[in-house]
Amino acid sequence: MTIKMSAIALLSVAALSVAANARDQIKIVGSSTVYPFTSYVAEEFKATTGNPTPVVESTGTGGGMKIFCSGNGLDTPDFTNASRPMKASEFKICADNGVTDITGMMVGFDGIAVAQSKTNGAISLTKEHLFLALADEVPSKDGKSLIKNPYKTWNEIDAKLPNRKITVYGPPATSGTRDSFDEMVMEAASKKLDAYGDKKGKYKAIRQDGVFVPAGENDNLIVQKLTKDTAAFGIFGYSFLEENGDKINGANVDGVAPTSENISSGKYPISRSLYIYAKNSHRGQVKGMDEFLKLYVDAKMIGQKGVLKTIGLVPMTEDELKKVQAAVLAKTKLTEEMVNKHTILP
Amino acid sequence: MPNDKNYFYIPQIKKRNQKATLFKATTLLAIIFSISFLIFFLVDIVRAGYPAFTQTYIQMDVNINEEVVENPYSALKGKNLKIASRAWLRDLPNLIKENPSWMNTTQTLWVLANSEVDQYVKGKESRTHERERVYVDELRADGKVERKFNTIFMTTGDSKIPENSGIYASIVGTVLTIIVTMVIAFPIGVMTAIYLEEFAPDNRWTQVVEVNINNLAAIPSILFGLLGLAIFINFFGVPRSSPLVGGMTLALMCLPVIIVSSKAALKSVPSSIRQAGFGLGLTKWQIVRDHVLPLAMPGIMTGSIISIAHALGETAPLIIVGMIAFVPDAATSFTDASTVLPAQIFTWAGMPEKAYLERTAAGIMVLLVVLLSLNAVAVYLRRKFERKW
Repeated sequence: MTIKMSAIALLSVAALSVAANARDQIKIVGSSTVYPFTSYVAEEFKATTGNPTPVVESTGTGGGMKIFCSGNGLDTPDFTNASRPMKASEFKICADNGVTDITGMMVGFDGIAVAQSKTNGAISLTKEHLFLALADEVPSKDGKSLIKNPYKTWNEIDAKLPNRKITVYGPPATSGTRDSFDEMVMEAASKKLDAYGDKKGKYKAIRQDGVFVPAGENDNLIVQKLTKDTAAFGIFGYSFLEENGDKINGANVDGVAPTSENISSGKYPISRSLYIYAKNSHRGQVKGMDEFLKLYVDAKMIGQKGVLKTIGLVPMTEDELKKVQAAVLAKTKLTEEMVNKHTILP
Repeated sequence: MPNDKNYFYIPQIKKRNQKATLFKATTLLAIIFSISFLIFFLVDIVRAGYPAFTQTYIQMDVNINEEVVENPYSALKGKNLKIASRAWLRDLPNLIKENPSWMNTTQTLWVLANSEVDQYVKGKESRTHERERVYVDELRADGKVERKFNTIFMTTGDSKIPENSGIYASIVGTVLTIIVTMVIAFPIGVMTAIYLEEFAPDNRWTQVVEVNINNLAAIPSILFGLLGLAIFINFFGVPRSSPLVGGMTLALMCLPVIIVSSKAALKSVPSSIRQAGFGLGLTKWQIVRDHVLPLAMPGIMTGSIISIAHALGETAPLIIVGMIAFVPDAATSFTDASTVLPAQIFTWAGMPEKAYLERTAAGIMVLLVVLLSLNAVAVYLRRKFERKW
């Protein structure tokens, strides 16, 4: 009995190493920021076309590139999500492993707004202000050692700021918005402060003394709280600020207002563009890949009124969307020049 | 008390008794502490999880026509559209296909409510707008809101739409993964134990092997994941995220435990049995096959079931081999992409929507039931077949 069972096991292992020359299920790896949206498209793809749901794995942008570039065979993923453009070094690894025919697509933007009740006048903050208001430990006066965050009002951080109590409603640690905030504000601001020593550029511990209140993600509750507690700020995805523009306004960060133009042009500092890269050589071999791409770049997914917006990301302009759609249709090949210019379009 | 008359009187007796009582009280306290912790955990999980077994449906009039088949989101208007589930509407064309007589009529249907409305009806925090709350309350007063048994949770896989997500796909994945684990780990583990216990000469070499096996049993499970990635995926090209690679990785993890417990079970068979066999002129193989192994079987089974149950609840090594992913479809073969129950729980626990919170707890409840029944089987086998010498 046991011998028979182990024989079956061995046979099944042997059978598999042969059976990898066609696939009917799409495989996707990569960024955890793009993961929720890509999963959504994957689900929609199954529901509307009847193809098997693509498998979406959240490996992080770097991890995704590593797996994506590991080879051109059908046992490697067809797509990788990225919250930054592909690096030249990654492009080279890809090319070395025979992955030469890649098309990159822009998905949209991940912009984070720092908002307050509209009863307040416009306010201008910097990343450093936000960091010093929210970090668990801050540099001491002489800048040499770290002390527990003592700041209670904004003018203690910078005399130019109003004398307002610091209260910030923000996303919980489980949310993708929080990950982005940690990366683009906390870690970025700590890069300039020598007091953090080894943790310089990596510091993202948020204070636990009640000044930062974890609230739901893109939550109506935050808006209600902001209208009542007019001194407070709220942190959430940009699209939510836009929806509630009658009650709240966004703080300028590093002098730039959070508007969709500023986010899509890259001027607004707490924003980044999101991408998905596809292997063109898998199109035609993996069932449904063309259809999936078509659905992905469809206006109802990443357009101005698409699903992308409902999950808190910022869509690109219509002109840009047309360019992206054309590039996908034409299988525009990613070149070294494009990679060096940090773009996906020629 | 006249101590000088009682020769058995011990002067320190009071102190010694006190110490004994104190010790007893401490041990009792420890068990009370662990039991109350367990009860707290169970009550918390059940309280958070049981609402997931019902789901809110709302009775609505749905206009059915050609346009709805093209764009199902046009079937409802205004407030109704706001409170209905997107997943239900998306599936509406299929429902119409099954019921062709509905075409160009208005049907009164129980429409699945979206998760925020569901949370509101269940009396939890929800992001529904004030005007929708008022509307839902009105509907509730008319008896048009009902909480029905959540069949979706039992019949679908993961979904980005909370009210449409379920555990079926991950249960299928778990079953397939565990089959692979058992098929590989059980025979190899038992055979290894038999060789080491019955046939291997007692020399330096076997001692080294045995020490290493004992150490392997205590290695952090994530290392087995790295091993699985390096050997099975990168070297043998087994598909990522498949129950096959997950099962093989977990089998590696189970092997040491199975070997150790099987060796203990074989050792507990008295040597008189073997001596009697030799006396009757049996070969070693006949003695092991017909006498030692059957007598050791209950012990071997118990150890194996416990170790499989452990593998069933394991997540760490599976992250590395890609089984923690968005996989809504149930696998149909060992090489399809799949996820497992603990991985599904892990994924839901990280989701920001409140509705996933109760699904996380409900998933844990299901996992606990499976694990408890496996352990019950182990206890039953041990009780039924155990031999006292």
